[in-house]
Amino acid sequence: MAVLVGKNTKVIVQGITGQQGSFHTKLMLEYGTQIVAGVTPGKAGQSVEGVPVFGTVKDALAMHPADFSIIFVPAKFLKDAAFESLSNGLDTVLITENVPLHDVLSIIEFARGKKRLVIGPNCPGIITPGETKLGIMPGHIFSKGNTGVISRSGTLTYEIIEQMTRKGIGQSTVIGIGGDQIVGTNFIDALAYFGKDDETREIVLIGEIGGDQEERAAEFIQNHVSKKVVAYIAGVHAPKGKRMGHAGAIITGNAGTAESKINAFERIGVKVARLPSEIIGLLG
Amino acid sequence: MNLKEYQGKDIFRDNGISVLAGFVVSRADSIGSKINSLSGEELVVKAQVLTGGRGKAGGIKIVKRSRVQDAVSELIGKDIKGFRIKEVLVEEKAAVLKEIYVSLAVNRVEKCLSLILCMEGGIDIEEISAKSPEKIIKAPIRGKDGLSHIDALCKDSIGVLGLEPGAAVKLADIIRKMHSIAVRYDAELVEINPLALTGHGFAALDAKLVIDDNALFRHPEFASGKEESLTDIEKEANKFGIQYVELDGDIAIIGNGAGLVMATLDVLHHYGGKPANFLDVGGGASVEVMEKSLELCMMKKPRGIFINIFGGITRCDFIAQGIVDFVGRKAIDVPLAVRMIGTNEQEGRRILEGKGISSLSSMEECAKKIVELAGSL
Repeated sequence: MAVLVGKNTKVIVQGITGQQGSFHTKLMLEYGTQIVAGVTPGKAGQSVEGVPVFGTVKDALAMHPADFSIIFVPAKFLKDAAFESLSNGLDTVLITENVPLHDVLSIIEFARGKKRLVIGPNCPGIITPGETKLGIMPGHIFSKGNTGVISRSGTLTYEIIEQMTRKGIGQSTVIGIGGDQIVGTNFIDALAYFGKDDETREIVLIGEIGGDQEERAAEFIQNHVSKKVVAYIAGVHAPKGKRMGHAGAIITGNAGTAESKINAFERIGVKVARLPSEIIGLLG
Repeated sequence: MNLKEYQGKDIFRDNGISVLAGFVVSRADSIGSKINSLSGEELVVKAQVLTGGRGKAGGIKIVKRSRVQDAVSELIGKDIKGFRIKEVLVEEKAAVLKEIYVSLAVNRVEKCLSLILCMEGGIDIEEISAKSPEKIIKAPIRGKDGLSHIDALCKDSIGVLGLEPGAAVKLADIIRKMHSIAVRYDAELVEINPLALTGHGFAALDAKLVIDDNALFRHPEFASGKEESLTDIEKEANKFGIQYVELDGDIAIIGNGAGLVMATLDVLHHYGGKPANFLDVGGGASVEVMEKSLELCMMKKPRGIFINIFGGITRCDFIAQGIVDFVGRKAIDVPLAVRMIGTNEQEGRRILEGKGISSLSSMEECAKKIVELAGSL
């Protein structure tokens, strides 16, 4: 097992009977993810892709012990769903987008109290290639290897992963931390996991404009990460004051610019690719 | 979305934070007798626009009572940093003993709200934060018990802020009210800059509230304000779940996923092109959404169109069908460059080739191509 998830990780899917939930349950099963149960209130007794559905997380766990929950429910119901999985002791991946900020703050505070992990919201999930996938990323572009990847975006990550795989650079684990202002697992948390992982030799960090996560990550790398880290920052030419799709991708005043992030990394010797394709040349 | 000052002050007033007496007008001739409810020889006339630095840009005037009507008519209709003034707030002028800065804002790294206090008010907090961090006090506010330390914190901070010890209790009370406003109205930012100490206690001389767009379903009263801040094309895009941001270049961009679209803008710049927009079709875009995206892009009359799709849950065949349907309906008279890989890529290519449209597999090659084609028009 590389970071956080591996072939023995047992997973339940909350919102499994919904369109997204059932579609991605099928793809995750095809990838080899051990999905032991699904949960949708009022749908107990049904099955999705051969996975038994329960009305509550507690009922599901009574029959099928699990480690992680992955949640696909609509934004309005996410807070309740997340509290349910966390209070039952599960680490939780939140795929749902457009979640109210104060709901996310409550979820993270609750998880802290329960000492549980939250990834997301508004994220593609986490994958350990060749072992398991808890997310919505296209599995076939990933390949097993020793490079850890952490990213705030989805498709941009696929873009870079596809190039890595084509050039024979496999991945230990890839964590899509999500594009919102506040996310459960941030760059620093993820860097700490990869820093301690024996199967990870080098780390790719894919950031974007908005906030100061990248600057703080640079500080953390300098003091706590001895492995090689390379970075790419999207949004060098984004205008100030406009949200570039992601809730978190906005330059306010002079804070959150790509320039500030690139400088923070280069100052400590982390090389920053100017084009997505340049990452390959910086690795190895 | 940002609220205007008077909207923020209405919320402050409703929740027990003192503001000065005032009224809002959108026409100078509608002031009438409203002015009689305000006291003082001089009054403050403030343009209600969603941009900082109004004062320096001439949007705030202190005038004699008799000059208020003139000041209002001078401001209405004027532009401040590209924002048209539609409303003006007329307020009493406070006798200020001391001004400070106070806000509750999202702290991304600590994953909570942060209380920020500064000994100076009416300032650019980012600038002070960079130049004189010693003037600023920051404290995390976490969860339900996040405010349990606030009285102690205010007592300890009073010296740094340059206030009398007696003010600590009042300041803590205001911070508690700001926090309950943040939670109740789903605000990402509640800022009072400046918070003034007057002979009658503290009063908020300005109000900045940013309401979380994702929570607007809980606050339908703000929904119309969201619309107001968008351009016509952005409004149309919103209806289809398309993320669109107008930019000032001349090559239209369509992509899937915010990060990839941002990277596409950067790659286009790298090869000398200037993007006309940011357009994210979202995940799993339908044929109709793709068609609509092209229609939106054409509204700005670009010199070229660059489509960059990495198919995951988005299907290349749907994207291709959307392009072909649009072209079948409406001729595109500018160069088009398509980069498309991933889910159902072969099927997508076949659909495009049926209409004589080629596609590339590298986004960088595609950026080079569209810059060449658009440049040679």
